[in-house]
Amino acid sequence: MNHNPQAWGRPRDDVYGAYNSQYLPQHHGGPSAHPTTHTQSPIVTGTSVIAIKYSTGVVIAADNLASYGSLARFTDVKRLKPFNRKAVVGFGGDVSDMQYLDRLLSSLDVQENYSHNNDDPEDTKALMSAKNLHTYLAKVMYKRRSDFNPLWNSLLICGLDEKNKPFLATADLLGTTYSAPTLATGFGAHLAQPLLRKAVPDEEASQKLDKETAVEVVRECMKVLFYRDARSMNEYSIAVVDEKGVELKEKEKLENQSWAFADQIRGYGTQTV
Amino acid sequence: MPGFDFSNHNRNLALHAQGVPLPKATSTGTTIVGCIYDGGVVIAADTRATSGPIVADKNCEKLHYIAPQIWCAGAGTAADTEFTTALISSNLELHALSTGRKPRVVTVMTMLKQHLFRYQGHIGAYLVVAGCDPTGNHLFTVHAHGSTDKLPYVTMGSGSLAAMSVFETQWKRDMNRDEAVKLCAEAIQAGIFNDLGSGSNVDVCVITPEKTHLLRNYITPNVREKKMRDYKFKRGTTAVLNEKIITKEEISKYVVVEDVPGEQAVGEKMEVDQ
Amino acid sequence: MAALSSYSMPTEQPAFSFQNQPQSHASGGPTQHSFYPYTDNGGSTLGISGSSFTIIAGDTRMTSGYNILTRYAPKLFRIGGEGPEHAGAKIVLSVVGFAADGQALQERLDMVVKMYRYQHGKDMSVHACAQRLSHILYNKRFFPYYVQAILGGIDEEGVGALYSYDPVGSYEREQCRAAGAAASLIMPFLDNQVNLKNQYEPDAPQGLEKPQLQPQPLDRQTVEELVRDAFTSAVERHIEVGDGLQMMVITKDGIEELYSPLKQD
Repeated sequence: MNHNPQAWGRPRDDVYGAYNSQYLPQHHGGPSAHPTTHTQSPIVTGTSVIAIKYSTGVVIAADNLASYGSLARFTDVKRLKPFNRKAVVGFGGDVSDMQYLDRLLSSLDVQENYSHNNDDPEDTKALMSAKNLHTYLAKVMYKRRSDFNPLWNSLLICGLDEKNKPFLATADLLGTTYSAPTLATGFGAHLAQPLLRKAVPDEEASQKLDKETAVEVVRECMKVLFYRDARSMNEYSIAVVDEKGVELKEKEKLENQSWAFADQIRGYGTQTV
Repeated sequence: MPGFDFSNHNRNLALHAQGVPLPKATSTGTTIVGCIYDGGVVIAADTRATSGPIVADKNCEKLHYIAPQIWCAGAGTAADTEFTTALISSNLELHALSTGRKPRVVTVMTMLKQHLFRYQGHIGAYLVVAGCDPTGNHLFTVHAHGSTDKLPYVTMGSGSLAAMSVFETQWKRDMNRDEAVKLCAEAIQAGIFNDLGSGSNVDVCVITPEKTHLLRNYITPNVREKKMRDYKFKRGTTAVLNEKIITKEEISKYVVVEDVPGEQAVGEKMEVDQ
Repeated sequence: MAALSSYSMPTEQPAFSFQNQPQSHASGGPTQHSFYPYTDNGGSTLGISGSSFTIIAGDTRMTSGYNILTRYAPKLFRIGGEGPEHAGAKIVLSVVGFAADGQALQERLDMVVKMYRYQHGKDMSVHACAQRLSHILYNKRFFPYYVQAILGGIDEEGVGALYSYDPVGSYEREQCRAAGAAASLIMPFLDNQVNLKNQYEPDAPQGLEKPQLQPQPLDRQTVEELVRDAFTSAVERHIEVGDGLQMMVITKDGIEELYSPLKQD
């Protein structure tokens, strides 16, 4: 009998040969010549995230698809993550990096809950605001790009700032950050942003916008993205953040699609029947 | 020999391998759109031409004449869109003369795609072809590689996604002329304000079986404001080291000198301070 | 898999030079896709110093390729002063280039200036701040902050001070400087209108002896008008410049901020 407990239940070396640790990284017993590897390109990806600020809060949406190249691989991936009751983060780009960031945010939330009594309504100032969360995430992203080990995402961080005013900003794999009354990542930057900007051209307009209109504009944009973004799907998540908290719906279906143009089409050139 | 001259091809290949960059072509990094309505067809374009990040022309014309009732909006390399449309327009005229019939839009589309396919995408012309002929009102897109599309509403160029977002939210069947013109202008403006490759003004062309209306600078949402200061230099500010005056009489010994009256001869007035 | 990246649209159209990632190997060998840590966010800045003031200005557009990311992203930052609002600050830093590096640089310089006041009990001079900024930049000589910086303030004599930097810390005190995307459009205008280059005494006789016009210190009104004209002109001819003009005027009394809209196309 082998008296080394760590060997129990494992393939016997005298039968199968020693374990080949060739492919493992160095800190797991791999060869010293093997370099550590970093994400150089995303693998399983999520497409656009879009968001708009209105008078008292923010609306954000992203579809539930995770693509593997051109394969629609996972169709129930939730890409909007609420943080405490003041913020929502929307993730575009690599899904595994999103899951890492989600774990990071969970542990941050636990730390925050230990240091403050967040259930006390008098103590809401201690609650980490969306602005604080954005600063934190932007620093994480910038640090990782500076280490040449980027998190391959573009994030929209939305919610309320420390004065409970609507807040919306972004951070991407390079650590670039910016803010605007309407934001869209990925394909949404091309297709949804023109529509969002038409509804809300500037900060002043967003302060006059009501919640219902904001939700309607976002739903319309999700429809256009489904029509024209080949990496999108017709089921999506939408969240509204205001003083009442986060209202997150994760199984919304696109409604009232229009395919009126389709029955007129005959071929691509000279065909008439 | 007709066609392009390829005699510098090998030399340029060698230069390129040594790291000499390709010369920068003026591109109409553009927004162009088209839309069919119940009485005809509308095409529209912005008016910015760029060379890299520099604006080469603030008010260029991207709507090209093919035949009286067939017009073409061009995106891509400016020279390619201009010469390709001029060539097809010329051949179409000969074709119309030889057949004694009004030219068809499908003929233009077929000539364009066969010409562009032959050059395998090296002619960088991306076109929206629209027109009315005895078979009806038609709208096509033609890509540089020779593929075509036939749709009730189309967009092309760097602002095509911005413009398409407008069509996808506002297009409906059986629009009238005014609705179609308004929709196309809106789509172009989405490109002008959201795509850096597009800018300045909106040109529109409305084609009906009876008549074609070219609405040059239909909307001008980007008029330059007045400058704060006056930049007129006092005469004598520029140093002159040498001066030689050639009189009209002297030069007319070698070339024919003709006086051009007024500003009518100038195609487009240059923008200058007052 | 590069095509999966949701950050650039697949396009056949001619792209800017900065979008072509540098290739270290000779052509013919295998191409390895790797992460490129920089991007260019466009925009332009400009600074002019006078006898008792310095004006720094920048447009507020932030771009990526042919996209406008936002119409309001300030490129001008107050340095020092008290708290997050920089109350009482008298130094302004402008950064243009890669926005994330610009932000990081601004935060580091601000921290340094605030720590100086905490440790020495007095404000840092622009001269000292300018040299410190140079050191911060050179410290990252082999992984540079991809920015062109301009620093402005009032020197110990009460005269307007303006310093301009390259990405790795070479710096110089100047009367005027334009930086960023439209620098090559704005700088010749400034040379001509501020330093009166290529302008000669109109009434003097022609010839090699014709004296050049001597630059005089400009008043604040004139400088503000020149800045506005420089930017409205740059907007006409450069696609990455536009949306808004942010101006900061630094005098002995502090910083005055002005904002005016620019064309949005």
